[in-house]
Amino acid sequence: MTSTINVADVERWASAIGGAALTAYGIKQLKDRSPAGAALAAAGSALIYRGATGHCPVYSAAGITTANDTDGTREALAGPRGVHVEEVVTINTPADQLFRFWRNFEQLPRIMDHLVSVKQLDEQRSHWVAKAPGKRTVEWDAEVISEIPGELIGWRTLEGADVVSAGSVRFKRAFAGRGTEVHVRLQYDPPAGRLGATVAWLLGHEPSQVIREDLRRFKQLMETGEVPTIKGQPRGRQSMLNYD
Amino acid sequence: MKALVWHATNDVRIERVPDPTILNPRDAIIKITTTAICGSDLHLLDGYIPTMQAGDILGHEFMGEVVEVGKDNKKLKVGDRVVVPFTIACGGCFFCGKQLWSLCDNSNPNAWMAEKVYGYSTSGLFGYSHMTGGYAGGQAQYARVPFADVGPLKIPNGLRDEQVLFLSDIFPTGYMAAENCNVQRGDTIAVWGCGPVGQMAVRSAFLLGAERVIAIDDVPERLRLAMDGGAEALNFDDGDVFERLKAMTGGRGPDACIDAVGMEAHGPTLDAYVDKVKAAAFLATDRPNALRQAIHACRKGGIVSIPGVYGGFLDKIPFGAAFQKGLTFRMGQTHMMQYMQPLLDRIERGDIDPSFVITHRLPLDDAPRAYKMFRDKQDHCIKVVLKPHGETIH
Repeated sequence: MTSTINVADVERWASAIGGAALTAYGIKQLKDRSPAGAALAAAGSALIYRGATGHCPVYSAAGITTANDTDGTREALAGPRGVHVEEVVTINTPADQLFRFWRNFEQLPRIMDHLVSVKQLDEQRSHWVAKAPGKRTVEWDAEVISEIPGELIGWRTLEGADVVSAGSVRFKRAFAGRGTEVHVRLQYDPPAGRLGATVAWLLGHEPSQVIREDLRRFKQLMETGEVPTIKGQPRGRQSMLNYD
Repeated sequence: MKALVWHATNDVRIERVPDPTILNPRDAIIKITTTAICGSDLHLLDGYIPTMQAGDILGHEFMGEVVEVGKDNKKLKVGDRVVVPFTIACGGCFFCGKQLWSLCDNSNPNAWMAEKVYGYSTSGLFGYSHMTGGYAGGQAQYARVPFADVGPLKIPNGLRDEQVLFLSDIFPTGYMAAENCNVQRGDTIAVWGCGPVGQMAVRSAFLLGAERVIAIDDVPERLRLAMDGGAEALNFDDGDVFERLKAMTGGRGPDACIDAVGMEAHGPTLDAYVDKVKAAAFLATDRPNALRQAIHACRKGGIVSIPGVYGGFLDKIPFGAAFQKGLTFRMGQTHMMQYMQPLLDRIERGDIDPSFVITHRLPLDDAPRAYKMFRDKQDHCIKVVLKPHGETIH
């Protein structure tokens, strides 16, 4: 990638999942007075604090308030503290078409199961609402910080987000008309480092798997016009009663 | 509607379940006029296939009449008479574009399960466990068919259900197995397993110009049926298969060998999660006797074609023999959409009538009993067709 860190939708979204999972889980455990939950609650609080103030050493370095965002974000999200996710899928659809779908962020909940809605605020900024554990939601603003039509979208979260993240989606033409490679990179640094990711994983939101499934739905929708499902099909009873 | 529902190993039942509905824009709903039990369904009855769940509707060989279509389905109309292939394909991915329909990228909603076991997911299948999509099957009065603008083949009036029903699986499967043998003038093809797919492979090999077909089994009525189709019978209970094949082929060996037996992967039945799937696959101690024999018996530079289903890990495969003799292996689930129309044309021309394999015609209500009869080869059972709507059985 270029030296500019791009905050991609997927990246934001996965960051939010990790952060929200940790926060919600921590709060719940605190309410339950679970001894095991104390650490999580503390971590969750730390997350909120960091998100709100940007005073986390890592996150403040992430470029939220510094003039040189790029270097700061890189510093924050590089190295052992950050969660790095990279996924790729090849889609049998021209890059321009894939780019157009993705850049219209309001469509992304169609392929990203954990998003509730995305609202475009202006050309660069957007407001995101995602599902969080316990019927909660988590919200954040994000901005596009890098864009090459038909090729690349980069993004990052804005000040006040629960989790700071950065990411990119790159559309690269495959050889000999074999479709388009879609590369997603996502980096975020949940509070308490890998603990956040662990909690997220326990809650079923392991980031690379989640992104893999998002990309799969993207591919399915682009190649077939729909996302295959069996939800709502008939099935038999699971009791011991017989039809006869 | 009524449907055949899997509950556990050796426990399948007819139940009332809700009617299927359109779930996606390219779907269609089919009122099923004739359906069948496949040999591979017996693996489900016997509990050898992981990721089954109590309540799953079985069946993947069915045909009927279109009663509803989704808004984006431009190919089918209400009233069309169609045969539905057992594999589901999207028509838009890299693999569908290369006619590798059973390797479709997009039709398995549970692709992640298959990826854990096989690295990549192949196409969705009807009524054949959650690892292949968990789609409700066609041993029922109605079925929902996804991507119904790709798979179902319209059937002209004038052909009976029984003549065309097996375009749904076993005829294309046996035909592809024979086609994979790249039959040349004068070739001898050996077929292990004279169940329905083996029978179709025998006849297809002749359709493709084989000089001789040797059919290997130990069930007398199955060997007889293969002989009706022109094959020479070899009963493996009567002595060493390799020596006899060698003697029958002038000491050279069959030019191509078809393994229409496959194996039943052992493993836990009900566990739906990936680690269990993986464990089941890793622990599989299959019985690849037929495949071992086929590799051993095949002539130098010959082809081993495998329509029989394998799911796990094989032990003691004579790979040295395969390498030293320079064998070619061809295998996989059938690329249905490549074969259905050409084979329908053959049926219409009178080249073949696949209904020759049917031994039992029963109402759907009798399906649980029919499964056991088929599995235990009682009453000379080779192939069962079922009528879900109580029409006259003919």
